Amino acid sequence: MFWAHPALAHKPSDSYLTLEVREAIVQGRWDIALRDLHNAVDLDSDGNGEVTWGELRARESDVASFALSHLALSADGVACPLVSNGLRVASHSDGAYAVLSLRATCPALPRALRVTYTLFFESDPQHRGIVRIDDGGGTRTAIFSPRESQQTFEPSKPNRLGQLGAAVRLGIEHIFAGLDHLCFLVALLLPAVLVREASGWRPVPRLRPALVDVLKIVTAFTVAHSITLSLSALEVLRLPSRLVECGIAASVVVAAVNNLVPILGKDRWAAAFALGLLHGFGFSATLMDLGLPRQNLALTLFGFNVGVEIGQMAVVAAFVPLAYLARRTWVYRRVALGGGSVAIAVVAGVWFVERALGVKIF
Amino acid sequence: MQHCALRLHRQRDADHDGGRIVLSQTHALFAVTGALVLIGAVVFKPVSRSDAPRLPSDSGEVLERLPPRDDAARTRDSVRKALASRPDDLRAAVWLARLDIEASRKRADPRYLGQAQSALAPWWDLASPPEQVLVVRATIRQSLHDFDGALADLDRVVAEAPDDAQAWLTRSVVLSVRGRYAEAKASCGPVQRLAPSIVFTLCDASVDALTGHAAGAFDRIQHSLQAAATPELREWALSTLGEIAGRLGRGDDSALLFEQALALDSEDAYARAAYADRLLDEGRSADAAHLLAGRTDNDNLLLRLVLAERAMGDPIANAHAELLAARYDASRLRGDTVHRREESRFVLQVKKDARAALDLARANWQVQREPWDVRVLLEAALESKNPGAAAPALAFLDENHLEDPRIQSLAQRLRGMR
Repeated sequence: MFWAHPALAHKPSDSYLTLEVREAIVQGRWDIALRDLHNAVDLDSDGNGEVTWGELRARESDVASFALSHLALSADGVACPLVSNGLRVASHSDGAYAVLSLRATCPALPRALRVTYTLFFESDPQHRGIVRIDDGGGTRTAIFSPRESQQTFEPSKPNRLGQLGAAVRLGIEHIFAGLDHLCFLVALLLPAVLVREASGWRPVPRLRPALVDVLKIVTAFTVAHSITLSLSALEVLRLPSRLVECGIAASVVVAAVNNLVPILGKDRWAAAFALGLLHGFGFSATLMDLGLPRQNLALTLFGFNVGVEIGQMAVVAAFVPLAYLARRTWVYRRVALGGGSVAIAVVAGVWFVERALGVKIF
Repeated sequence: MQHCALRLHRQRDADHDGGRIVLSQTHALFAVTGALVLIGAVVFKPVSRSDAPRLPSDSGEVLERLPPRDDAARTRDSVRKALASRPDDLRAAVWLARLDIEASRKRADPRYLGQAQSALAPWWDLASPPEQVLVVRATIRQSLHDFDGALADLDRVVAEAPDDAQAWLTRSVVLSVRGRYAEAKASCGPVQRLAPSIVFTLCDASVDALTGHAAGAFDRIQHSLQAAATPELREWALSTLGEIAGRLGRGDDSALLFEQALALDSEDAYARAAYADRLLDEGRSADAAHLLAGRTDNDNLLLRLVLAERAMGDPIANAHAELLAARYDASRLRGDTVHRREESRFVLQVKKDARAALDLARANWQVQREPWDVRVLLEAALESKNPGAAAPALAFLDENHLEDPRIQSLAQRLRGMR
């Protein structure tokens, strides 16, 4: 005899599947609760009631084959074979999840993508598969249950504004995510509030010429990388990525060393332009990794460039006022300009060696 | 000469202007910098999402602790194994489903309900499954807040097998949750001749306690307490008494009764939550936090913990509130609506969003009408200055004479606003 109080106070079982449809390739991330997985694949080999990363990793192929046997994708009636290419972990609000990276190859960009999801439905009909599909034009979420284990998605009409916004955001993020571009920018900006004379650095008398100088440098850099980024994205011109990455590291060294010993000449904007050409190839690698929708490449490129410019301007806006106020101080000239340039040159030098030789120093 | 003087003059003006411009430009630049940094912080905050995948570097890192493998778990496993070879064995299936339901009750974890449902798979979707399946299906359905489905099943059971005491009892509980007190009380009637007398008293007096006879109900249950043959029955009686005492405004009695109930079954999350509510109402937030310490994996207890920590000004409240909000989000994502009452409280008291809280409380009111369902609707209506929204709850109170000083004073204030 029991008093039946409806007091369910735990989250039920869910898995989270994200699918990104790019042309004929579908990339996926599948988060499955370890507690649920353990019911199907024994994850506690030593039986101590705890699942360690070692125990999970040892069962990676079993976990992947179990999961993949409960998921199927097909494009316009033709199956898209699924493979798992990596196991990681993530924390959700209710515990630890295994994260499988998936990749499916369809014959062509699906007009209709059919997803069949049956994970855990047999052992726990209250389990739900929460599936997010991102086709580049938009994102939709669907809930899979035993009654609705098969659902079909038609790619959304590309939303131009959304796509532009996403590209702008990506550009901004790229400036802040990639330390090498930031270092390059800072190396170019450090001397902007000073004037080089035979006897050494002198503070600029007024803000306006310093700002004009900065504007010239940043714009030259943007114009240059826009050119090579576009050429490379349109597959007119391609450089080996190792060469590009090494070149970028070398350019950061050059920009930093130039603050200590003049090697680039007086017009730093011209140097920024030349080095910007190189950085454009690097940006293009980032964009290509994300799998661009081909139909609106120009729009995406434009948005990405605008984003990079906004990101750079944010750095300028944060840096220049402080530098301007501090420009007369010994600390700025010695520590910020001198020490900063040496530090950037050393770090970038390490990058260069790492990238050139394919080794990891740090 | 004049020309030259003019030029000089201009030059000085320009210098003067230039100086002013430089100064204000610097200010403006600082303002812009501040704004950009702020925007950047807001826009780029999601970069450090907590559910970001990672690759642990230490293979000994403990990722998850599994539920304990106790005797009950071993029994369930062996029955499940036996059932796997003969999935249409009705007796084994019902047995396993009952064991799973028991586990879900004990751990307040719905995963076990899904497993119970899975054991009943061959019969689950039948229009008229065998009677034993109907009772278990009804229990699962009501646990998932499918009250209509549960009642339909139970009505059939009591019609076909009027000697099933559990069916009458569960039916009474579901009707009571729905606020259909007359029917709930009537459903206790047959329990009198089918089950130990204390079960009937608990069933019948629980309805009385919600319909204007709380004091009498308290005495009846207290008198029958020595007849409680098992610790389970005693615990059930004590926690029911604790709740009634609280609503009668007898705080000290209530606390003592809850303490006794929890001493018999420390895992009764329902009693613990009810006790915590009592402590929170009395402003004893430190005691409430102590009662709930370490119980963060239960959403209902986590809610009370957040409320207690906030009342104490404990900075950990923010992290716990974030965790709870993430759980509610995840629940909404899967299409669940079982948490609306709790979430309404959370949104009102923690997020301070009275309108959203009112929406949740109103949607919840369509499904269930326990005292807390009344209270969240009244509180949200009051905070959002929308007394009209409380009308159904006020009418419900007039009709049923619920004794609860907090709820009655909320009702008073709302009536004053109209």
